Amino acid sequence: MVKITFIDAGGQSKTVEAEEGSTVMEAAIRNDVPGIEAECGGACACATCHVYVDEAWVEKLPKPESMEEDMLDFAYDVRTESRLSCQIRVTAAIDGLVLRTPEQQG
Amino acid sequence: MSETIKTDALIIGAGPCGLFAVFELGLLDIKAHVLDILPRAGGQCSELYPEKPIYDIPGFPQITGQGLVDNLMKQIEPFAPTFHFNEQVDELESLGTPQAPLFRLRTNGGLVFEAKVVLIAAGGGSFQPKKPPVPGIEAYEETSVFYAVRKMDSFRGKRVLIVGGGDSALDWTLNLQPIAERVTLMHRRDEFRAAPHSVNAMRELVAAGEMDLVLGQMTGLKGENGELSAVSVKGNDGGAFDIACERMMPFFGLTMKLGPIAHWGLNLNENLVPVDTEKFETNVPGVFAIGDINAYPGKLKLILSGFHEAALAAQKANRYIYPDKKVVFQYTTSSSSLQKKLGVA
Repeated sequence: MVKITFIDAGGQSKTVEAEEGSTVMEAAIRNDVPGIEAECGGACACATCHVYVDEAWVEKLPKPESMEEDMLDFAYDVRTESRLSCQIRVTAAIDGLVLRTPEQQG
Repeated sequence: MSETIKTDALIIGAGPCGLFAVFELGLLDIKAHVLDILPRAGGQCSELYPEKPIYDIPGFPQITGQGLVDNLMKQIEPFAPTFHFNEQVDELESLGTPQAPLFRLRTNGGLVFEAKVVLIAAGGGSFQPKKPPVPGIEAYEETSVFYAVRKMDSFRGKRVLIVGGGDSALDWTLNLQPIAERVTLMHRRDEFRAAPHSVNAMRELVAAGEMDLVLGQMTGLKGENGELSAVSVKGNDGGAFDIACERMMPFFGLTMKLGPIAHWGLNLNENLVPVDTEKFETNVPGVFAIGDINAYPGKLKLILSGFHEAALAAQKANRYIYPDKKVVFQYTTSSSSLQKKLGVA
């Protein structure tokens, strides 16, 4: 299992175990991580699983595809470290990933 | 005050479940009007994922969101439902009894309906424009900040800032550019989702010096008494500056909100409407809730579940609308009377 830590806008942190091959969004939903809504269920169609990637991790993740960039246009308070968690695949390489959830989704 | 539209059934929401409810009601000779806040049928299928394949519609190994909607529209053609788009039901008032329900419904556009049964097929709620994360934006809404253009003339001679990178943003940039004093388009990156020909047209205007393109994000609004004078911006190059403008239009897509349904006297459970699993009826007899909007033990938010719910709700609606009719369950494969209704006999 791969460990992922989510820190909410209030600073509360929660570390969950994610299965390799799933997505970060799925791990968040399965573990009731607050601040991730995932209205569309992972179709990259809603921008409500928006996260900020910890600085130390931004370069280590595969770059977003254009579909994700397009959908990020709809997210609330987008920054350079913004990603949609439904598009981040869980692999051994991201063990220890730290993400921040935004103040609100959409 | 408009004339009251009388109907057997009013379906709120023209997504896949609302559309299929037309079919199930139609087989039972129940006429339906269908209403939606969006300008077209299809709900989330058309709005969120028109081109994305769905893999769990029985009988279709793969079908796109729009493909499913197109098929449903064709399937319900024999029942000729009346659609009312760009309308939201604001009020629901009960005029009848639990045995013989009757409801009066009023929309934001001034339509008044009298319906014997109401099927709420509102999915995740009504689609509303997303607001940008700028403090105090409410103070400018409908005076200087607009999420849609109702009267183009109110932009004439104004400095207009349009924010976003999709078709709405680009279309309005091109439409308002000739009549506005100056149009500025701002987007968070130099790539646009909008149709390439609109993007090209915009870039030509920028190159000709007839409008401005800014890459950055809004950070604040300046003005007083609802009258905008400038928008503060953080540019992608890191610099902070103001763009002087009297009108601003943010286009950040749509989000779903439950909306006025919350005030109709229905039991609610975290923005969902609890129903029974025999008739998919709410706590108000004659008001049904089907599809993603309802809640019951074991609920799955699947389109196929909504289809099932529509079929069962229609059976109970039939009892209200035709209390004396003998109930005969029939199959479309074999019943000549059903086939006649479908126009295939």
